Amino acid sequence: MRQRMIDKTAKAPTRALGRETRHLLLTVTPGALWILLFLVLPSVYLIGVAFMTTGPYGLPQRPLSLDAFERLAGFGFLGWSPGNLYTLLRSLGQTLVSTVLVVMIAYPVAYYITTCRARWRPLLLLAIVVPSWTNQVIRSFGWMNLLAPGTPLSELAVTLGLISPHLGLYPSNFAVTLGLVYNFLPFMVLPLYSAFEKLDVAQVEAAQDLYASPLRTFRHAIFPQTLPGLLAGIVLVAIPAFGMYVVSELLGGGKGMMLGNLVANQFAGGANWPLGAAGAILMILATFIGLYVMRRLGKRLGGGEQVVI
Amino acid sequence: MSETMTADSAARLDTDPAAEQSARSEAPRKASSIEMQGLHKRFGHDTVALDGIDLNIQAGEFFTLLGPSGCGKTTLLRVLAGLEAPDAGSLAVGGRDITEVPPHRRSVNTVFQSYALFPHLSVRDNLAFGLKMRGLPSTERDARVAEIAAFIQLGDLVERRVDQLSGGQRQRIALARALICEPDVLLLDEPLSALDAGLRGQLQVELLRVQQRLGMTFVFVTHDQDEAMVMSDRIAVLNGGSIQQVGAPREVYERPVNAFVAGFMGHDNLFPVSARDAGRLTTALGELSVEAPGDGTLLLIRPETLDLLPGSVEGRNHLPATVVERLYRGSHAEFRLAVGETHLRAMVSNRGRHLPEVGEALTVTVAPEDLVTLSE
Repeated sequence: MRQRMIDKTAKAPTRALGRETRHLLLTVTPGALWILLFLVLPSVYLIGVAFMTTGPYGLPQRPLSLDAFERLAGFGFLGWSPGNLYTLLRSLGQTLVSTVLVVMIAYPVAYYITTCRARWRPLLLLAIVVPSWTNQVIRSFGWMNLLAPGTPLSELAVTLGLISPHLGLYPSNFAVTLGLVYNFLPFMVLPLYSAFEKLDVAQVEAAQDLYASPLRTFRHAIFPQTLPGLLAGIVLVAIPAFGMYVVSELLGGGKGMMLGNLVANQFAGGANWPLGAAGAILMILATFIGLYVMRRLGKRLGGGEQVVI
Repeated sequence: MSETMTADSAARLDTDPAAEQSARSEAPRKASSIEMQGLHKRFGHDTVALDGIDLNIQAGEFFTLLGPSGCGKTTLLRVLAGLEAPDAGSLAVGGRDITEVPPHRRSVNTVFQSYALFPHLSVRDNLAFGLKMRGLPSTERDARVAEIAAFIQLGDLVERRVDQLSGGQRQRIALARALICEPDVLLLDEPLSALDAGLRGQLQVELLRVQQRLGMTFVFVTHDQDEAMVMSDRIAVLNGGSIQQVGAPREVYERPVNAFVAGFMGHDNLFPVSARDAGRLTTALGELSVEAPGDGTLLLIRPETLDLLPGSVEGRNHLPATVVERLYRGSHAEFRLAVGETHLRAMVSNRGRHLPEVGEALTVTVAPEDLVTLSE
């Protein structure tokens, strides 16, 4: 009996290690496989395609070349054209403008919700979130109907002299901005709401107590506390907005094309896979640069506090 | 510039009384009185936080608001800070009415219970915050920060981040951040409650010395009667939004005006008076002579005023008793005594003499001048 017990304890370490390794493999493998299958392999494939030559029907073929990147930069059969550069600039501009607008709307809205009675807050948050449960395409069609030529909103814009007669607010860059703001508002309201809910009121009172005017109280005691939520919101809004395809496709018309549409067109109708892949790589790089800038910004503004993105 | 300031403040830290005296006369700090009249504050429909507070606090006084949670002491402090507007009544500091003045225009600073330091700022920027908001140039701010950091012995911490500080250090920074503005009045909202007992005792003494050296008016909020007695020139005991008693610590402890104050100061030997005949009051303990019986309906016997005599001794205010419980506490011992139909708590300092055992019969005695009566 005693002998068996000793044996047991002696064997235990190796057996436990084996079990641990097995458990580790069991838990890590599905995730790792997922990442390999749906992230790593497609990415490698995408990069590979981008460096190939365009064959008949737009499909990639050897030899390897930088053709796609040259086309993306605007160099075609007829010399350089700025079309793609405009598309890139438009994407950046739309992202910037819509993100700024979303912040300007979401900040007061999120604050307002935290000041409401506790039992109303979930309902108000739900009211913000529920529209996003509807398909993006359907909502964009909704905006088309609201903004099309001849609709009350368009007529109003004509009366105010904002647009020429017989035109509508849709299709236009304005309609795309509106669609982006409308789509991504909940993604800003939610993180900001949670930042406001956690707000340490004592810090606000300390600022007031230390002679800070209302404006400076906001600047020094409220804004820094909401910064992590704000940065998270910006990431959640700006990145998908930059890659947006549906809204700009439906509401932008020919003049509202964004980088997402450029890429999509190469894979679908336009049929130039290497060009599409190069565009996708450009988007990914731009996104990484954006994330890096946000991270630096968060660290600097947040002082010691690590702003997690 | 900043070096000379540091040297100057180092001189102030000197415990030599002459140096301290000269430092005080060199930089006379202003101290302001506070007058409160008929302050009322109500939250919602039925929560009365302040129910008519009339109180004068003198310039340079260490004044404590003492009471259980929900008694209105913190609300009163917040009204003084301007963070809460009273529904009625008026408030003046240094003779100037500031009832309507917003917090950022009051020369009143607060040490918050949670310290409320700004986590995104360094210790230096936390300390300089009030001065910056007041528009002082940065050279002067740096000099004042160096001065205050030396004054509360934090010189080497100013470049740290707040989250790198211990609880005691944060407490000191919070105090320094308020003191650096040299306010007319300093408010302290249970500033020591988050610290462990040892550190709390140490900081109590430190805080007291700071106040004495600066001669600033301090209004201190606490629910700890021991802390209140150690620190205060005067104490106001609050309950249910109104002031029960105002007085020096000894007065409040030894002559509580009612059962609430007595209970809050830790007294439990309270006996209803069933009959009175001139200076002789009858309670469940029996008949006792009281020098100044007043017209209170409760007799208070402080446990430390009782003497225990061995055996059976006859005399005025001598009562036969039996030891029910003995708690030995080193410096003293506490006894629960059975006297007649009731129990009495006694405290005897330990001077190496005989400490009665449980079950021992003895005589308990109290001087008539140590007995007071109070109302319900």
